[in-house]
Amino acid sequence: MTSIVKPPVKHPSLPRNALGLTRRDYEGAMSTLCAGCGHDSITAAIVQAFWELDVPPHRAAKMSGIGCSSKTTAYFMKQSHGFNGVHGRMPALTTGANAANRDLVYIGISGDGDSLSIGLGQFVHAIRRNVNMLYVLENNGVYGLTKGQFSASADIGSTSKKGDENEFPPIDPVLLALSLGATFVARGFSGDKAQLVPMLKAGLLHNGFGFIDIISPCVSFNDHVGSTKSYRYTREHYQELAPVDFVPLRKEITAPAEAGAGDAMSVAMHDGSVVRFRKTPEDYNPRDRDVAYRHLRDHQRRGEIPTGLIYINERSQDLHTLNKTVARPLVELPYEELCPGNAALQELMEEYR
Amino acid sequence: MDPTDVRNPQYYHKVVDCQWACPAHTNVPEYIRLIAQGRYTDSYMLNRMSNVFPGILGRTCDRPCEPACRRGRVDGKPVAICRLKRVAADLRDEIDDRLPQAPAQKNGKRVALVGAGPASLTVANDLMPLGYECVIYEKLPQAGGLMRYNIPAFRLPAPVLDAEVDAILDMGVDIRYEMPVTSLKALLAEGYDAVFVGSGAPRGKELDIPGRWDAKAQIHIGIEWLGSVHFGHVETISPRVLIIGVGNTAMDCCRTSKRLGGTDVKVVARRSRPYFKASPWELEDAEEEGIEIVENHAPKRFVIEGGKLVGMEFEQLEWTEADGKQKSKVIGTTVIPCDEVILAIGQDNAFPWIERDIGLAFDPKWDMPVVDRTTFMSTRPGVFFGGDAAWGPENIIWAVEHGHQAAISIDNHCQGVPVTDRPPDGMNLVSAKLGMHAWSYHNDYNPSSRAKMEHEALVKRFSDVAVEVELGFTPEQTAAEVQRCLNCDIETHFTSTLCIECDACVDVCPVNCLTIAPDGRGEADLRARLSAPAANPDQGLYVSAALPQTGRLMVKDEDVCLHCGLCAERCPTAAWDMQKFDLIRAVAGGLEHAI
Repeated sequence: MTSIVKPPVKHPSLPRNALGLTRRDYEGAMSTLCAGCGHDSITAAIVQAFWELDVPPHRAAKMSGIGCSSKTTAYFMKQSHGFNGVHGRMPALTTGANAANRDLVYIGISGDGDSLSIGLGQFVHAIRRNVNMLYVLENNGVYGLTKGQFSASADIGSTSKKGDENEFPPIDPVLLALSLGATFVARGFSGDKAQLVPMLKAGLLHNGFGFIDIISPCVSFNDHVGSTKSYRYTREHYQELAPVDFVPLRKEITAPAEAGAGDAMSVAMHDGSVVRFRKTPEDYNPRDRDVAYRHLRDHQRRGEIPTGLIYINERSQDLHTLNKTVARPLVELPYEELCPGNAALQELMEEYR
Repeated sequence: MDPTDVRNPQYYHKVVDCQWACPAHTNVPEYIRLIAQGRYTDSYMLNRMSNVFPGILGRTCDRPCEPACRRGRVDGKPVAICRLKRVAADLRDEIDDRLPQAPAQKNGKRVALVGAGPASLTVANDLMPLGYECVIYEKLPQAGGLMRYNIPAFRLPAPVLDAEVDAILDMGVDIRYEMPVTSLKALLAEGYDAVFVGSGAPRGKELDIPGRWDAKAQIHIGIEWLGSVHFGHVETISPRVLIIGVGNTAMDCCRTSKRLGGTDVKVVARRSRPYFKASPWELEDAEEEGIEIVENHAPKRFVIEGGKLVGMEFEQLEWTEADGKQKSKVIGTTVIPCDEVILAIGQDNAFPWIERDIGLAFDPKWDMPVVDRTTFMSTRPGVFFGGDAAWGPENIIWAVEHGHQAAISIDNHCQGVPVTDRPPDGMNLVSAKLGMHAWSYHNDYNPSSRAKMEHEALVKRFSDVAVEVELGFTPEQTAAEVQRCLNCDIETHFTSTLCIECDACVDVCPVNCLTIAPDGRGEADLRARLSAPAANPDQGLYVSAALPQTGRLMVKDEDVCLHCGLCAERCPTAAWDMQKFDLIRAVAGGLEHAI
């Protein structure tokens, strides 16, 4: 909480995007999360990503369930659509919303409780269906809103604030997503916006289910010495697999690959923009699911936290394509087409007799 | 990069733009807060400590603080600092028991002060409480100097001036009216321990062009004419008046003319408006009174017919810029008819009364005494200069600061301490935290726009030269204006060892002041990598030591910080704190004491 809301004045020479908007125009209400919460940093990265992509705020929809993470949709893009649903049910809501209006940009914000405990069933089916959305999992390994119990992503051996050790194995959402056939899988850290913002942008433009697991330390209940999701622990064990740049469609690609880097690799996005891997380890290929999986496991065995854009399938086909749905959002269809009347219904029923 | 040394009082002092810009370093944010709390007397006394004449300056100051005010960079209009000072002066209670007093037991040292203007009065103000015996020699029958003779009563009413001058004289200053000093040598022979020359720049500049001496009764020197108006020697002026020059004296001359019968009053300037010397608000006030300002006209001759002035001929100029210099080209001539002319093209110093063989060196080029910029001492030990007498015309607030500094030197000199041995400024830095999210100041940003001073109706103000034009702020205006102050003295103070690099401060800052950035190749490199352009090199970068987790630096661009305290409120470890900065200045006899 803060004693005041953020003053409306902004830096006089703040840059503007193609829509003439500044970053400040993509902000939302004041955060009521604890001071220093990783989620607020992710919110700021989301603001930056939407601003850089020139997404008109009213063409985006923010979806969430329950939890500290799920509150954050209120803290960015106050002019956007939004739905704050039942605990763990954000994927179903987004699937429905996306089915009705495929033209909006969907971002779902969830946490490790909302996604990996109560909402695990919803989460995995959204992956399976390849719903066209960006799914952000703000992962702090702890139930902060209920005062610090271990969550399903807490590592074995990590301790609670009082010192109790967690003995249950964690669910790793990145491995889970990879194994379920997710078409865009990434991991970031709230404390590294330089890496996070390009990944968010790529995830927003990905045609299908874009998944980013973001380590987001809980300052109140999981930022202590025994934690494996603290700021310090994450920074000490952080391994960036393959640094990426996001090159938007309208920008000419001129910057050369960093000197001394390995082979750079470019992956075209659905709209023609490009995700460019600045360098990839020799035997690593983010287009190959098995290779990505192996790399993740190797890093984990060494006690590292692998981050970056881990896997991407540029030929991803989203739920609309798979279902062969109508190309226009339902809201734009004339009423007669949307509801062709009893005669058409009877005709359809005849087909099934 | 080396971390910023915030233990040096001057770093945080510079963040308080108004205080930094004020020659006397008035603690502006604190006095504005005191007004906000209704503590007008405390506010007045705080002002008086540094600028000595709050009531006078609250009406007449050149306001170097206002162009510097951070609020101007944030929403275009600075806080009305100067007129808030007047609020404190107008609404204060009796202060007799809070004024400095001279001790009954004198210290045996005698100081002569030449001229009873703001510089000499400040010296007396600082030295009398220390037990000095101060003798002021004044050539005119009243004290105040330029403040009395050159500033018209419609801008500065006599009672305001009297009260603040008397507060000093009443400490027991021995003031000798109508006693001009005609020989410094003779004055020195009287055995004073020190002499301070604060005699101003009393000679108006001449315009020696054809016709100047052919109709002397119709051509006046601005400051002399204003003095004559003050003494009642001049009570009227002809209808058509030309004022030559466009400084603040010209503004006083043209507006006074309007009150003495001038109906067609024009101010004629050589240059175009951006180069005018007058303060913008004085130009506006003159124009409001129907005075026409003629640009780009250079005087050529006075037009005399039958021994009478009937007009002035001017060359019309066109200015072009080449090689960074302004060059003029004459594009024609024109005659502006008039009945009287007032010359207000500047002032010169004149020291015919200082002998050149008494060991007091004069600069041969300007014929000005050689005066040390820090100690205000001439080349003759024990003789000091200040105010306009030192380096030519400045303004009241500079004269006050000269007086403070000269008083330190005089005190040192009389006590056998080298004048260069000056105590450094100190500071207090105290956390403004009162509770979880409670601060000892009003941290929210107030979007009000700058209050506009109400003026007396034109008909009424032209009825008498003594009718004050500015009416002062209403209570509502004051209440809004004080909240426009950004409290720049409540400093953002950073403790790098506490930082966990969560980015909360960076994310919440409404004006993108903060960046956590890797170290680089010096300040210019760092400035290019911040969250928002740091294009104002006049404003400092606050650079932390290497942060504990990544070794990066916390960098704050001070330029447009609102001092809203959100960085400190969102900081989980109190690495950022809001701390109240108080500059403790050196004054004669030691350090300032808090009110």
